[in-house]
This record gives sequence, C-alpha cells and structure tokens, in this order.
Amino acid sequence: MNRYTTQRLFGIAVRAAALLVVGVLLLVIGVTVVRGGGVLLADPSIVLTPPGSRYMLEGTGGFLHAVLGSLFIVGPATIVSMVAAVSTAVYLQSDYSSKRFSDAVNMFLNVLWGTPPIVYGVFVLTIIIATGAQTSLFFGIVAIAIFQYPIMTRYTDEALRAAPETVRESTYGLGATRFESMRMTVRAAAPGVIAGLVMGFARGIGDAATVLFTTGRSTRMPGGLFEAATTLPVLIFDQAMSFNPEVRSHAYAAAFVLTIAVLGLILLSKLLAGRYARYTPGGNR
Amino acid sequence: MTTDTDSLRKRARSSRLGRRLLAERYSSYWLTLAGYLAIALFGGITLLLFYRSLPILSEYPLSSMLTSTNWDPARNNFGFLPAIVGTVYVTALSMVMGVPIALGAAIYIAEYAEGRTKTLVAALIDVLAAIPSVIFGLVALIVVVPFIGSYVAPVFNESTAGVGIFTVSLVMAIVVTPFMTSLSVESLESLPDELRETSLGVGATKFETIRSVLLRAAGPGIFSAILLGFGRVFGATIVPALLIGGQTQIPTSVFSTGQTLPTLIVNDFGELMSLPLTQSALIFVGLMLVVVVWLFNFGAMLVQRRLKRRWQYQ
Repeated sequence: MNRYTTQRLFGIAVRAAALLVVGVLLLVIGVTVVRGGGVLLADPSIVLTPPGSRYMLEGTGGFLHAVLGSLFIVGPATIVSMVAAVSTAVYLQSDYSSKRFSDAVNMFLNVLWGTPPIVYGVFVLTIIIATGAQTSLFFGIVAIAIFQYPIMTRYTDEALRAAPETVRESTYGLGATRFESMRMTVRAAAPGVIAGLVMGFARGIGDAATVLFTTGRSTRMPGGLFEAATTLPVLIFDQAMSFNPEVRSHAYAAAFVLTIAVLGLILLSKLLAGRYARYTPGGNR
Repeated sequence: MTTDTDSLRKRARSSRLGRRLLAERYSSYWLTLAGYLAIALFGGITLLLFYRSLPILSEYPLSSMLTSTNWDPARNNFGFLPAIVGTVYVTALSMVMGVPIALGAAIYIAEYAEGRTKTLVAALIDVLAAIPSVIFGLVALIVVVPFIGSYVAPVFNESTAGVGIFTVSLVMAIVVTPFMTSLSVESLESLPDELRETSLGVGATKFETIRSVLLRAAGPGIFSAILLGFGRVFGATIVPALLIGGQTQIPTSVFSTGQTLPTLIVNDFGELMSLPLTQSALIFVGLMLVVVVWLFNFGAMLVQRRLKRRWQYQ
C-alpha cells in the first residue's frame, strides 16, 4: 500500500475511534435522560419522598434515603480525605522530604490509586468483623475516605508542584517558617487543589463497590452515625436487580439524579478552578 | 531546629516568634505522620487481608483451591478456577476491544483535532470518564443486553439471554476507554513539538511520525494508562455483578454466563457474615485481587523504566 494511502486510512480510523467514543457518551447520557427524565417527570416527588416500608418489593414511596445517605457519607468522607490528602501532598514537597522518600510514597500512591474499590470495601468489612461492629454510615465514610485519599493526594501533589517557585522564594525571603510558606503555596495552588477536591467527591459519590458491604444497604432513612444506610449507586444496583418493574423504573430516575450530580460537580470544579486562579501569581488576568 | 519542644513551648508564652516556631514544630509532626499514611494503608490492607485469609489457607492447600472448579461454600467446596477464568476472559476481551479505540481517540485529540472541536471532544471524553460505572451497567441492561441476545449471539450460533462474559467485556471496554484515552492524551500532548517537526522535516508522513516517533516517545505514559485501565477492568464489581449472570461454572464460550472474582464476593456476601470459612474464602478473594493488581503495578514500574531508557528522545 502506498504510504500516503496508509496515512489517509489512519486519519479516517482515528476519527472513527473518536466518533465512536463520543457516540457512546451521547447514547449513555441520552438513555439516562430520556428514561430517567421520563420517570421523574411523571412523578418528581420520588426524589424527596422517604421509602415505604416495603420499598424494594412494591416501590412505594421514593428514594430520599439514598440521596441523603450519599450526602451524609460522601460529604464527611471528602472532608476527612481532603485533610489527609493535603497534609500528605505538602509533606511530599521538597521542603519536607527527600526526593527518594517522595518517589517511594508516590509509588505506593499509584498502587493504591489502581487498587480496585471492592478491595477497600472488603478491607473495611474485615475491620467491621474483627471489631464486632455493625455495618453503618460510619464505616461507609471510612471506606469512601480511603478510596478517595490516593486520588485527591495525587491531584493536590501535582497542583503544589506546579505552583510558581516565586511564592516559595519570596515567603522564605521574608523569613517565613516552612509551615507558613507552605500555607501560601497551598493557596497559590488553590485551583488545582479545589479541582482535586471536587474530582474526589465526584468519584466518591459514584462508587458502589466500597459501600456495598460497609453501609448495610438499608431501605430506611439514615438514622444516625452507627445505623445502616445506603447510597445512590448501591440503590441503583439493588433496584436494577429487582423483579418489580416499578422499582426498576426508579433505578433510571436515581441514575438521572446521580448523573446530573456528577456532571454538575465537574462543571463546578471547572468554575471554581477559574475563580480561585486569582490567588496564583499571574493567574486570572 | 535543634531546640527541643519544651524550651520552644516556654518561648511561645513570651514571644511571637516562639509561637510561630512552635506551630512549625507541631505541624511538622502532623505532616510527617500524613506522609507515611500511604505506606501504612498499603501495609495495613495487605496484612489484615492476609491474616483473615489464614483460616482457609491452612484448611486447604492453595494449589487445589486455585485449580478446583467446584465452588459450593455451603458444602465447603472452595474452587476458585471458574471465577479466575471468568476474570481472565473479561479482562482480556475488554482490553482487546478498548485499547485500540482508546489509542485512536487519543491520537485524534492530540494530533488531529484543532481549536473548538478539540476542546469539545476532550471535554466530552472527560465527562464520559467521570460517569459512575453503575450507570453504564444500568443503561447496558436495556441497550446492550437485548442487542447481544438478539443480534450478536445468533451470528455466532449461540443462544443467550444477553447477559454473560461478552456483554460484561463490551461494557467494561466502554467504561475504561475514555479513562485510558484522557491519560494517553496527556502523555502525547506533553511531547515537545520538535519531535513532530523533526520527523515531518525528514520526510515522514503524519502516520509514520505518529507510529515511529510519537507513540514511542509517549510510550511509557500510554503504557501506564493501559495498565490503569487493566486494573479497573480487573477489579470491576458493579458492571459484572449486573451483567454476568452469576453462575459459577467454567465458561464454555464468550457468550456464556460466568463469574469473576469480584462478583464472587458480591453474590456470596449473604453467607459471609454467618459461615467463618466462607468469610475467610471471600476475604482471600480480596487478597488475590490486591496481590495481582500490586504485582502488575510493581512489574509495570520496572518495564516502564526500561521503556523510558529504550525510547528516550533527549
């Protein structure tokens, strides 16, 4: 084959590949919006109604318990994980640790990043069994926080490394301590840190495998920190396996809510990143 | 730096500098603790899972569990082979379907698309990468399952309801493709433009430039993108649990139902709390997942170091 023909065919092939991926996206979002939106339009109250006593069997009531469960689990988990992630990322900078140490920790972070979420679920479940506790909201928070930690640390670490060197030089030049200088660097890296925070939240709210075994898949409203709860992805999973067509249709409504939430979060992270760019020297001109 | 914490505390009562130095001291303790957190998590997970798998490991020899096809926890038969074969099938098939598409899309975004189209396509793929996998599973239930059951399987003279190994592989390929794409785009875009200019300057076509220069220079990055995709398929839980059919048998064809290691945990979770030996067996499945992923990761780091040396361009 002529090398120019190859080149043309290759160009067509990569365009087709990109088109295919985008097409699949539109299909997935389209199906979710049409099916879920249809169910929601017919009865928008199911998002805000607590479930009936036999919700999984008869589909009475709504899935407010899962919406609240998601917020009560992923919210605190994100905060805990963020504190740990920012601290770790700060410690990995050259002010605190040697290149060798930070390379080693980064290796472990990469491995943790690639670890399947179900492993974190089983790990926390093992802790539950070992301590004789019950599956509850609290252990859901722990599992999600562990799951988010490597993701957020990596984003934060990258943001801190990309922060302008001038911040460090000028703060040290003014006689700041390492801690004070680092606080300014974190502020200068705010867009990246915030983006990591929101991405961690989005990943956490979408993950089912970590909370599947740790929160108890309850069908009641969350009652307290040590009571069973459920989250939206787990609820969708349970609803999709149901024999009752009405419960299955609720799955599409829940999927619609979850998709909108995740897409909204991504948009929010882009907007916030732009807004916080004013803390970066030379940013937001 | 050599002052001990007690004398710092004394100074903190009287001077502002003392307070600042004390804050520096305490914050550095905290940060050091946080710095070791990743290693502690890694060690904690391995050790706890291993400790809890000991009952099953001491009861049955490892080799017989890994090669036995009989999985029936209620009668104390723990054969992991069906789930292992299922996992291998799903992982291999998804990677075969997903990697070429992901590479193609990445090359399109990094090298072909321009201006607005590029921003738009890249943003759409990032969105796709962020959609929770349970939603893909749900959509697949009404789109992919009937499609495979009534159109694809009959072509190969197979009769199936639509759920099975192939369905899971296809959906998992869809889940990880955007993820691998956006990571590959990053490594292609970080290449210096001189590479492209030099290659085109000596008369190579765009295709030859991409094949012989850019894909090699970006090779280590693309390699780790594929590896992360592999890890996600290998440990995928929700999509297989929804679509694989959940029968613990050695799959006879790619369209048959089966089981993967993660779905084994999900499906037998009910018995997990009550029977100690089943509990230990399922925790052992978790340990297997961890060990394989971690071996692959560490192996990949070595390969990557080699690739970097072999395909270095500076």
